[in-house]
Amino acid sequence: MAEHYGDSLLEMFLFETSQNTEQLERIILDTEKAGKFSEEAINEIFRIMHTIKGSAAMMSFSNISTVAHKAEDLFYFIRENPSVEYDCSNITDIILSCMDYINSEMEKIKNNEEADIEGGEALIQRVERCLHEISGGKGVSRNKNTGTESKSAEKAADGEKVSKDEKSEKHSYQLTVFFEEGCGMENIRAFSIVRDMEDFADHIRFQPEDIVENNDTVFEIRKNGFKIFFDSAKTYQDIIEIFEKTPFVGSINLIETAKAERNQTQKGAKPEVKNGQKNGNKADKNDEHQSVQSLISVSVSKLDKLMDMVGELVIAESMVVENPDLSGLELPNFQREAQQLHKIINEMQDLVMSLRLVPLASTFQKTHRIVRDMTKKLGKEAEIRIIGEETEVDKNIIEHLSDPLLHLVRNCIDHGIESEEERIAAGKPPVGTITIEAYNAGSNVYVVVRDDGRGIDKNKVLEKAKRQNLLKKPESEMTDKEIYNLIFLPGFSTNETVSEYSGRGVGMDVVLKNILAIGGSLTVESEEGKGMAVIMKIPLTVAIIEGMGILVGNRRFTIPISAMKESFKPDPKDIFTDIYGNEMIMLRGECYAIMRLHKQWGIETEVTNLSDGILILVEQDDKRRCIFADKLIGEHQVVVKTLPELIKRIKTVEGLSGCTLLGDGSISLIIDAGWLVNTDIK
Amino acid sequence: MSDVSKTFSGAEASEDSLSSKFLTFKIDNECYAIEISFVIEIINMLPITPVPGLPAYVKGIVNLRGRIIPVMDLRIRFNKSEIAYNERTCIVVASIDGMDIGFIVDSVAEVLTIPESDIVNPPAIKKDSNRFVKGIAKVKDEIKLILDNQSLIDFRDIDDIASAIQNEN
Repeated sequence: MAEHYGDSLLEMFLFETSQNTEQLERIILDTEKAGKFSEEAINEIFRIMHTIKGSAAMMSFSNISTVAHKAEDLFYFIRENPSVEYDCSNITDIILSCMDYINSEMEKIKNNEEADIEGGEALIQRVERCLHEISGGKGVSRNKNTGTESKSAEKAADGEKVSKDEKSEKHSYQLTVFFEEGCGMENIRAFSIVRDMEDFADHIRFQPEDIVENNDTVFEIRKNGFKIFFDSAKTYQDIIEIFEKTPFVGSINLIETAKAERNQTQKGAKPEVKNGQKNGNKADKNDEHQSVQSLISVSVSKLDKLMDMVGELVIAESMVVENPDLSGLELPNFQREAQQLHKIINEMQDLVMSLRLVPLASTFQKTHRIVRDMTKKLGKEAEIRIIGEETEVDKNIIEHLSDPLLHLVRNCIDHGIESEEERIAAGKPPVGTITIEAYNAGSNVYVVVRDDGRGIDKNKVLEKAKRQNLLKKPESEMTDKEIYNLIFLPGFSTNETVSEYSGRGVGMDVVLKNILAIGGSLTVESEEGKGMAVIMKIPLTVAIIEGMGILVGNRRFTIPISAMKESFKPDPKDIFTDIYGNEMIMLRGECYAIMRLHKQWGIETEVTNLSDGILILVEQDDKRRCIFADKLIGEHQVVVKTLPELIKRIKTVEGLSGCTLLGDGSISLIIDAGWLVNTDIK
Repeated sequence: MSDVSKTFSGAEASEDSLSSKFLTFKIDNECYAIEISFVIEIINMLPITPVPGLPAYVKGIVNLRGRIIPVMDLRIRFNKSEIAYNERTCIVVASIDGMDIGFIVDSVAEVLTIPESDIVNPPAIKKDSNRFVKGIAKVKDEIKLILDNQSLIDFRDIDDIASAIQNEN
């Protein structure tokens, strides 16, 4: 199947399954806090495992499907035997490892790697053992009866029922299946139903017949439903139950046509009543579903494309409105309509930009698991507190933020939070707290990871850095801030022993690298004995920035406003040169180097006298410099485009972080603020 | 002029027959050819935004309907004197190794099928002298120099310059 239906089906499977596992994780971690599985949680876990099993089987990923099937069995047993006693944390561990297995298998599917069958089998045995323990042997036998691969999710009692039914005569049925609205690919789902039915039915015919070859059957199935005619030894009720549990089936209509052995139907009127019931139940369920599903997922590449197109629209608009053919004409009506158009396009641009913003919540949620696993393993107690998870940032940024965040949390538990005894001795609450906070400030988002652990031991850091030869200047001259920053150097780690989670000295530098990659910066605060905080400052979006247009010669450039402190006409008496001819300016008691952009880039311009042009004070990474340009053009919001790959390959091109299209279709180059303050002045 | 400004992306010819099809264009008196499978489209001259730090033959970047692509002046790349662009000047947009680039040429001539048997290797003159030309073909008494796309976008020379400058410092 996977080969036949290619990427879209596979993508959907991966997406659905990963959503399911995420949801599962949330439920399980909530449950663990409560110490017992609620009835609701058990049903939900059962349902998720069932869905994963079904869709994995449909995609022929039997390893995933079998693991999910076993986990489903386990929860099936718990659901059916509410009185049974079990070790909640043991089961949580098992389910989490099942989830990890499924997730890692999905990763492998994405990367086209071989499936890990052995790991799956070991896991299955573990689940079986657990089921055996809590059931005292009963549950295992039911597994054997129903077989592992079958789609059927019958009751435990089915073991007996099936054998009884097999002796009894077969019935003929006509079944019409309607899928849930918007589930997509109805033909494929129909096919998988038929395939699964082969386990308990024969003489299967279905309508439309060419579901596999003909994609247009989707519409027919949507309209008229998918009709299946079959004979089965199962009772009416059993069949209804099977389909109730099949994923994506919205409603079904089952009619018992005749007994296969030509006996008259006994249940002529009954089916109708049952149909009603079933439909009713399902309708309720659907309502629930719909209220949850007010969101749809769209691939980022489509959004990127949309944004590009809106960009083109803006350019096209100005080309029409400012068309030379119109010059000199009095067109009041045209002007009015053109304004309206301009307004609509502007609004559209804002909207498209906001589409790319997603809340940090799901990224923050991932930290729960890390905290759980690590505290358990390291024998520490810690709680996570999340503030401001509704803060929104650009999708691209989220991707770069996830790893650093997890690493910082890991670091907090491993290095920051002390053991329980130590905490009590220090007069702190025995349970450590890690706070993750996000908030907006200007065009930046701040994400802070804070713990109330032991803080950074400056001496230890210095000692370690000395040993690793990472110190660049004498210890005595280093400020606290500089010492803290040492931990972000590659190869630095203060933990003496390498643990599973940290201590290899990779990680903190990766945090820094990731944050820098999205144009952000990092600061560390720490108080010995009280805890530490890592503050990440991240631009709201990498795709759109507030820029200041400047002119150098006849060329237009854009400086990110976030890096600009001020711009001013210099007073000639503040300007002086040192003995090497370097220009500097004295500004409110501070001395700044002056960098002339035209000299730096070899651009010809008539404005070479400092007092004729304009000086711009820029600040980045706590470094400041004055930049000299001809003049300012004005502030504008720009959509950042990367420079073409070929240009980026040319090593002599420097100081540019990207480019942007201006309203008239011309290109403005965006100057890299980091380069402005760091490069050698020519 | 507009008649040359058409796209070739929709060419109905199959992959195999494309390999021997070439787009020919003129620079000075010479006629050059590039494999048409690399060519995306031919456009008229667009306003060029210069980028600081580029070698002289890469003129800058242009905005092609929202796509930013670099443009290279083949006259300068081939060490010929620079001339002002006129209404016959074209940009041949090509995709090489998945990267788009525009080549500025004096004028576009035609699309030709050149059988492989008509193409000969260029004679060795001195090391690295003819690295842009990978073959020479004679079609209807006219010589076509077949260009090697890879070496056109190989910026070894400027890397050398860059490292030379660094060594000086």
